[in-house]
Amino acid sequence: MLRSLVKRAAPKAVVPEPEVLQVPPPLTLVDVEDPAIESRNLSVWYARKHAIREVNLKIQRKGITAIIGPSGCGKSTYLRAINRMNDTIRNCRTTGQLLVESEDVYGPNVDPVLLRRKVGLIFQKPNPFPKTVYRNVAFGIQLHYRATKEELDRVVEAALRQANLWDEVKDRLDDSALGLSGGQQQRLCIARALAIHPEMLLMDEPCSALDPVATAKIEDLMFELKKVMTIVIVTHNMQQAARIADHTAFLYLGKLVEYNVTRELFERPTQELTENYITGRFG
Amino acid sequence: MKPKSRVVRKAKEAGFVIIFLAGIGVALGVLGVLLASLIVTAAPYLTPTLITNYANYQDPTRAGYAAAIAGTLWILSLTLIFSLPLGIGAAIYLEEYSHGGRISRILQAGVSNLAGVPSVVFGLLGLLVFVRGLHLGAVVLAGALTLTILVFPYVVITAREAIRAVPQSIRDAALAMGATKWQAIRRQVLPAAAPGLLTASILAAARTIGETAPLIVIGAVVLQTFLPYGPDSPFVALPVQIYAYIDLPGPEWQGVSAAGMIVLLLILFAFNAVAIVGRNRMQRMRW
Ligand SMILES: Nc1ncnc2c1ncn2[C@@H]1O[C@H](COP(=O)(O)OP(=O)(O)O)[C@@H](O)[C@H]1O
Ligand SMILES: [Mg+2]
Repeated sequence: MLRSLVKRAAPKAVVPEPEVLQVPPPLTLVDVEDPAIESRNLSVWYARKHAIREVNLKIQRKGITAIIGPSGCGKSTYLRAINRMNDTIRNCRTTGQLLVESEDVYGPNVDPVLLRRKVGLIFQKPNPFPKTVYRNVAFGIQLHYRATKEELDRVVEAALRQANLWDEVKDRLDDSALGLSGGQQQRLCIARALAIHPEMLLMDEPCSALDPVATAKIEDLMFELKKVMTIVIVTHNMQQAARIADHTAFLYLGKLVEYNVTRELFERPTQELTENYITGRFG
Repeated sequence: MKPKSRVVRKAKEAGFVIIFLAGIGVALGVLGVLLASLIVTAAPYLTPTLITNYANYQDPTRAGYAAAIAGTLWILSLTLIFSLPLGIGAAIYLEEYSHGGRISRILQAGVSNLAGVPSVVFGLLGLLVFVRGLHLGAVVLAGALTLTILVFPYVVITAREAIRAVPQSIRDAALAMGATKWQAIRRQVLPAAAPGLLTASILAAARTIGETAPLIVIGAVVLQTFLPYGPDSPFVALPVQIYAYIDLPGPEWQGVSAAGMIVLLLILFAFNAVAIVGRNRMQRMRW
């Protein structure tokens, strides 16, 4: 429902219609060596809707890569394709290759359950479980290990500390996670993902429901996390992309338009579409 | 534009509230009258011997429900033990695993239609399949299996609603951490749906306790003078016993029946109270 609202709210008149618009051939101006994630001719369909169109992208290890673009251009779809969360959507079909650590995750011998353990996903709307703070963070461990109480305690504390949330919740570990503020809930979701030590973290507009202070906290957290893991963030907010991302990819109508070092992309866009988007002429 | 009158709007508001209150009032009033007349009729017979004595069709002051109460408790427990896992399992399959293909549509239609079948038909089915076909005889187990089929669709329908009400974001959150589908269901979806699942069990219990016709068809023994000793024991259930007493001439037998109804209601209320306390406890932590 939310999605249809968003779509309806988009300024239809200004965005060119798909058949009128010619998206130029993708322009990749940055060469990423030894990428952690790479898509090759990745396409995703929802029934007959071609939501991602042959996207080729290499994502840097231990860096932050931002994906920007107007509503409905396929950012979430692309992100969810990386850890195969699109598998849970009926009628969703994926072609092409998506390599995580050089292995095609759509290959025959890949277990999405193991993949998702390695590649965490943070959702746009904080989605803590309706359980205690502690149970939320312990959940991932309990999925994958038999842990003693002491081991659990240790991991839960470490994950909450890593997510810069420990000091705020250490006295309310046994309270409902739903009583936390929105920003705390989102950091709890990050802590929950961190508890199982993912190698990569995908974040789908993680701050769009948060106030600027909570947003700043999450951005700080991302700076720390990128020292140890690969982060891909979808964002609506171009200032945010400019602040935190090493590389930025601009998607439009399911196609990759331009991909460059963030600063370059924002200061010297080479495509008219990119320039129009970042100067706010549409989107 | 002409503004709407504030007075008229206020009056409408008050008028509708009165109508709603009247609706509740009528419903509660009828229930109150029913209960009151039941209690008045039953009063002389509400004695300890009512629950300790066996059936007696000569002397209303010595007539009791001992075997029937035990029989109802046996049937209730077994029916819930069978129907809840089965019904919730079917609901999980339909909501979480089936892909809306032809087979699942047929299953769904079957379940919905089952809910509309008159209960006496289930009695006949039980008689043919369990009592005669499987040679169980007219025993507790046969009664419980028959009522299991009868309440199954109600459990499925209520449990599906409960499972469907769990937000997709909960499943996504679990799956995105590498949970298998079953882990996500078992550890997040079912606990989140638990209050609704308890509602399913309340409904199932209410139906089970009140059913008379199928048990009569199966062959409940209204002259039983011993407590059922197990699933393979002959049995009588409360509504069946009540029905047997009410058939006798004279107002005193109506009193005995009314007293039996009160016992029946008390058992139902006790069960519901436990379930509702459990539900409220669980509901404390929800989205
Ligand atoms: N579950 C779905 N079923 C059908 N179409 C979908 C679904 N999810 C997304 N879409 C469509 O795919 C396109 C891309 O959606 P999405 O990836 O959510 O865009 P973004 O995250 O950039 O706003 C949109 O046109 C959207 O309407
Ligand atoms: Mg999105």
